Amino acid sequence: MTRKQRRAGFIAVGLGILGVAVGLVLFAMRDNIVFFYSPTEVAEKGIGPGTRFRLGGLVEKGSVEHTGPATIKFVVTDLRKQVTVSYTGLVPDLFREGQGVVAEGAMSPDGVFTADSVLAKHDEKYMPPEVAAALKKSGRWEEGQTKSDAGKPVAQ
Amino acid sequence: MIVELGHFALTLAFAVALVQMVVPMIGAHRRDAGLMAIARPAALMQFVLIAMAFGALLFAYLTSDFSVKVVAENSHTTKPLIYKISGVWGNHEGSMVLWVFILSLYGALVALFGRNLPDGLRARVLAVQASIGVAFLGFILFTSNPFVRLDPAPFEGQGLNPLLQDPALAFHPPFLYAGYVGLSMAFSFAIAALIEGRVDASWARWVRPWTLGAWTALTVGIAMGSWWAYYTLGWGGFWFWDPVENASLMPWLVATALLHSAIVAEKRGALKSWTILLAIFAFSLSLVGTFLVRSGVLNSVHAFATDPSRGVVILCILVFFIGGALILYGWRAPVLKAEGLFAPLSREGALMLNNLLLAAAAAAVFIGTLYPLFLDAIGGPKITVGPPFFNMTFAPLMVPLLCLVPLGPLLKWKRSDLVAATERLMGAGVAVIVVMLIVLAVKTHGPWLAALGMGLAAWLVAGAFFELAWRLGLFSVPLAESFRRARRLPRASWGMAMAHGGLGIVVAGIVGMTAWRQELVTALKIGESAELAGYTLTLEQVGMRQGPNYEALVGVIDVKRGGRDLGLMLPEKRRFPVEKQEKTEAAIRTNGFSDLYIVIGDDNGQGAWTLRAYENSLAPWIWAGAIIMAAGGVVSLTDRRYRVGAPARARSRLAAQPAE
Repeated sequence: MTRKQRRAGFIAVGLGILGVAVGLVLFAMRDNIVFFYSPTEVAEKGIGPGTRFRLGGLVEKGSVEHTGPATIKFVVTDLRKQVTVSYTGLVPDLFREGQGVVAEGAMSPDGVFTADSVLAKHDEKYMPPEVAAALKKSGRWEEGQTKSDAGKPVAQ
Repeated sequence: MIVELGHFALTLAFAVALVQMVVPMIGAHRRDAGLMAIARPAALMQFVLIAMAFGALLFAYLTSDFSVKVVAENSHTTKPLIYKISGVWGNHEGSMVLWVFILSLYGALVALFGRNLPDGLRARVLAVQASIGVAFLGFILFTSNPFVRLDPAPFEGQGLNPLLQDPALAFHPPFLYAGYVGLSMAFSFAIAALIEGRVDASWARWVRPWTLGAWTALTVGIAMGSWWAYYTLGWGGFWFWDPVENASLMPWLVATALLHSAIVAEKRGALKSWTILLAIFAFSLSLVGTFLVRSGVLNSVHAFATDPSRGVVILCILVFFIGGALILYGWRAPVLKAEGLFAPLSREGALMLNNLLLAAAAAAVFIGTLYPLFLDAIGGPKITVGPPFFNMTFAPLMVPLLCLVPLGPLLKWKRSDLVAATERLMGAGVAVIVVMLIVLAVKTHGPWLAALGMGLAAWLVAGAFFELAWRLGLFSVPLAESFRRARRLPRASWGMAMAHGGLGIVVAGIVGMTAWRQELVTALKIGESAELAGYTLTLEQVGMRQGPNYEALVGVIDVKRGGRDLGLMLPEKRRFPVEKQEKTEAAIRTNGFSDLYIVIGDDNGQGAWTLRAYENSLAPWIWAGAIIMAAGGVVSLTDRRYRVGAPARARSRLAAQPAE
């Protein structure tokens, strides 16, 4: 093999691996991206059962009830529309009524959002940025209610 | 007073860094020894000044001086001593001070131990280091000053986020930063080499120990973070593909690639410009990592800064260093002439494949981490890229890499034949088959893919062992001769075997945890029991306990297995009244092969307590393996060939041991 052929070979291998990586990324992107919706968007978009997404909003005060030994039901609201969520498992330390929450899962045929994970990754000072943005969009929430809005809200 | 001195010292350090950035660079250009000589005392001076500033900040925390804003916002008199210390870097401002402190420490080390570096190279390296220092010190002084006073001073502080009040997390940032900043050394060497237009074996030999040190610190830092997430977040997982975790994984992947390509650059003079590029990328990703985590772009416990004006400065720093380095690279890299030719099937070829796969994996993680941010920035929909994405992209790139790990060290430089190398791995092949058969026989539940995964882990561990055995001539020469060879074997070879073997143990842990973990979510009344993986868990009692700055709800759970009483496990839910937060403290019982992991939740309103329990197979191996990898890095660092002042001996040793 001449030097040139050898170099061409290396470049081919490099491009091959790059191609595989790009293919993997594109393929994984198609199926494994989870969108974030507020209760209003869920109603507007008419999201059917089976589609995984993240639902964010505030846990409505007085809505948390224990329906099974380790199952709870609560209502997520953006102060305009509501979605009922059912979740089996331990809620995170920061889960509280009246506070921001993000749940991941899918709608059930009965219109209840069945979550397999509940996140409340903010502390007392913050609200999850997606939730803050969703609430602002719903127009029922004033800036400055929490100290969160200093940062640019982004999906995490 | 001391706080003002700290502020003053930091300002002086900024001025010294400015001098150190400009003067030695001009000196190196004009070959003026006098100007170049300024670099060393300036680097030492910068270190002393920043150490004073850091000390002043530490003093403010230790004495709970709440007239200092960051102390008031992040500390409290009742906080235990260790968290008063770790509180220094538990916020944006303080963590930046820690960052420059470590940066100046590295600079001082070059100044002290870099005597056998060529004058020009040393002056340029220290000047580039100083330019990083200038950027960060400026950033601290102008946008994130930790020495700002409050007037009037509050009577009591606001406390530290309870999630950060944890021994593993207290020392996670210093290790992580030692890694991030350590890569700045590789970066400075790369920039200096580009300016000089010369990369030779001694350059690569100089870069290797710094990269290795940084890699070791990064490995420990990541392992600590993952361990913390495991026992505090209450989900019992070890890796969540959270952007914050990815931010530290990306530099690690590139640093690993750099570690391997620098070997080729040193021994064979090939892959030079690629090595330089990797050094630039490794540090660029460290910068991205630092800022991604600290700037508040990501929503997590790590995001302390919420001031958007900082974001602009951060962006400028990123653009200047990354963009500037890449432009310089594009301009100067063609000057670097590659020397060593090699066949595709050779040690160089294997290391190149290693580099390609690691770089591709880092790129996949990069896209998954930053794509959602990018989409949001351009006003697109809000999306999340979760674990499935990373599992589907990262794993397929890692598996071929892991398969090749044991093969690489057995190939010869330049040109090798596969048959000889595979013959030496016969033993490892047998080990793989035995392990796979055992797994299939013993583990009746779980996916069959797990057997392959465990086989891969065995391949790595046994491969590392048989590689060493071959070098020592075990099984082929008398034991005394093997022993003699063992004493003469370079430490770097031991280190490599440990790192590769440790990687195998990590893989085993990950496979065990992914394939065989068993979960139980239930609610128990006092006196009730539940079963999990052969364990019987009985909730005996629930009580309250008073901690130093929290009160805890404690579940008393009796654990039995096959009639044998294994004692009590005490999961806690801690409430921190100052911070008004709760924190889960899982109870973990390990036997070295699996963890029993219990978390207690809330009263479910019907007189029962929610409990979540896991049996995590092989979980402890993940961190044990990571520690072995890091230990391999340390052992490798003690190799004489890296040691300054022993170049002559190193050369004779190289001649005696051509196959490293």
